[in-house]
Amino acid sequence: MSDIILEVKDLSVTFSTPEGPVNAVNNMNFTIKAGEALGVVGESGSGKSQTFLSIMGLLASNGKTTGSAKLLGRELIGLSADELNKIRGQSMSMIFQDPMTSLNPYLKVSKQLTEVLVLHKGMGEQAARAEALNMLDKVGIPEAKSRFDMYPHEFSGGMRQRVMIAMALLCEPALLIADEPTTALDVTIQAQILDLMRKLKSEFNTAIVMITHDLGVVAGLCDTLNVMYAGRIVERSSVNEVFSAPRHPYSQGLLASTPRLDEKSHSNELITIPGQPPNLQRLPQGCAFAPRCIHVQDRCLCQRPPLFETPSGSHNACYREEDVA
Amino acid sequence: MLSFILKRLAGAIPTLLIIVTLAFFLIRSAPGGPFDKERTVPPEVAANLNAVYHLDDPLWEQYLYYLGGAIQGDFGPSFQYRDFSVTELIAAGFPVSLTLGLTAIFLAITIGVSLGAIAALKQNSLIDYAVMATAMTGITIPNFVMAPLLTLVFGVYLHMLPVGGWGESISQAFLPIVALALPQIAYIARLTRGSMIEVLRSNFVRTARAKGLPERLMLSRHALKAAMLPVVSYLGPASAAVITGSVVIEQIFGIPGIGRYFVQGALNRDYTLVMGVVIFYGSLIISFNLIVDIIYGFLDPKVRMG
Repeated sequence: MSDIILEVKDLSVTFSTPEGPVNAVNNMNFTIKAGEALGVVGESGSGKSQTFLSIMGLLASNGKTTGSAKLLGRELIGLSADELNKIRGQSMSMIFQDPMTSLNPYLKVSKQLTEVLVLHKGMGEQAARAEALNMLDKVGIPEAKSRFDMYPHEFSGGMRQRVMIAMALLCEPALLIADEPTTALDVTIQAQILDLMRKLKSEFNTAIVMITHDLGVVAGLCDTLNVMYAGRIVERSSVNEVFSAPRHPYSQGLLASTPRLDEKSHSNELITIPGQPPNLQRLPQGCAFAPRCIHVQDRCLCQRPPLFETPSGSHNACYREEDVA
Repeated sequence: MLSFILKRLAGAIPTLLIIVTLAFFLIRSAPGGPFDKERTVPPEVAANLNAVYHLDDPLWEQYLYYLGGAIQGDFGPSFQYRDFSVTELIAAGFPVSLTLGLTAIFLAITIGVSLGAIAALKQNSLIDYAVMATAMTGITIPNFVMAPLLTLVFGVYLHMLPVGGWGESISQAFLPIVALALPQIAYIARLTRGSMIEVLRSNFVRTARAKGLPERLMLSRHALKAAMLPVVSYLGPASAAVITGSVVIEQIFGIPGIGRYFVQGALNRDYTLVMGVVIFYGSLIISFNLIVDIIYGFLDPKVRMG
């Protein structure tokens, strides 16, 4: 298939720490197609951000990536910084959680935008300014022209995230990775940003990765969903399927713990998944979720379940899948 | 911008007044007087001298008298160098002290920032540890110890550099400038390293990397300016440290600058000379801090002046 944008195989990320190695991401496998929006959900520390930081080559200096990640057929893992710099910002871009600190406070917004075009497209300063201004208009910054030469602190949070998105889109990347882009924003701004990303998907056919722990964001934007737990995918499926019939006990717990207004719940208490996510340095031999799982069986504790393919073509890392089949 | 400068200058007046008052009563409270060393001055002459210099008047009258003169820019005649006014002495010594001080600050910034940046980029490497260990030594050894040590090694043992004097050859300037700059180099290196490491971990540097900026461009355009801000704010205190340092250094190397006049003046109870130097240094440090604040305003757009 030629419309595969990103193909990830056996991707693992390990951090060496004074207390020993931490396996933050383990043997990830997935693909993203053009125009597809992939949601990645999981608790803090489940490896959802680290997976994509490793693909961007932005891991902390003690992090090491193994395995393969191919962008448009080109291997990214093991590329030198110089080679990677030709790809980053050009064919893949990333926007981050905190728009307040992700822009350089000491540099005019115009400069932060144009430098991308000058660098990757070899544009002159004037042409780059026109193009960048055009992009600010597109992401919905009102009076972009008068705001162009301002500094980031003169923008509101939502505006700054729009600037970040504009910056990421300047070279029309095939892949846009958004790491919790709406977490720091209030709800109305969240909705506007999500709307903008939906438009991107349909207009530019951009493949989008949406890293989030907001299931509402997933429901509103994504086509497919990776549910991650302890550095592994536990369920990979279409969004519709996960929301209507989650198969992995963790996904079920995640959905059940989303507070809802329309449900006549029996009590006023919030539903939670009991227990804590495991320590990545001392992962259990079996299923990492087993200690918190209500369906736990003996073999879950000794052997980690592989990703089973479900009848509908989705994937689920739970032995119960095997029992059904 | 102009109103900011004017406001700051107006704010400097009470500061200077406090400095003048403290200095005046401190030096007067020291035992002895300016003419005590004169041998066998006939009582009539001593009485005349005291009368000419108003030393017989009550202290508060002398204070007001001095203040009145100082406001008009008249710092009086020197008690010790009787043919010169204090203004003339300061004018003669200032170019020497300025050369010494500015060169030391320049050296401290260039070498300190470079060393600190290298240490930050090679964090936890051998170079990093070497730079930081040297910097720690530079900070802990005071310059009145460092200067004689340098003199001993490079002047006495190795015969490489002259151990004193000024203005006859450039090599004479080397040791005093280095001795004056070393603690500042050390401090600025540590400061630069710390802020650089913090900036390199910051979110906007990650954004710059995510944009595909080459490392060099990322450093020069994004990281360096942010990392320089703490260094710029330190330049105010640094200038004060260099000025106090130069008082000692000029004495050790026999350099005819203001610092030496200050020490001589204090030892001889040359009241007017000491007061003149104190006021001059005070204003110098205040103006230097103002300049630093203006530079800071240009670097950090979040700082609005007015």
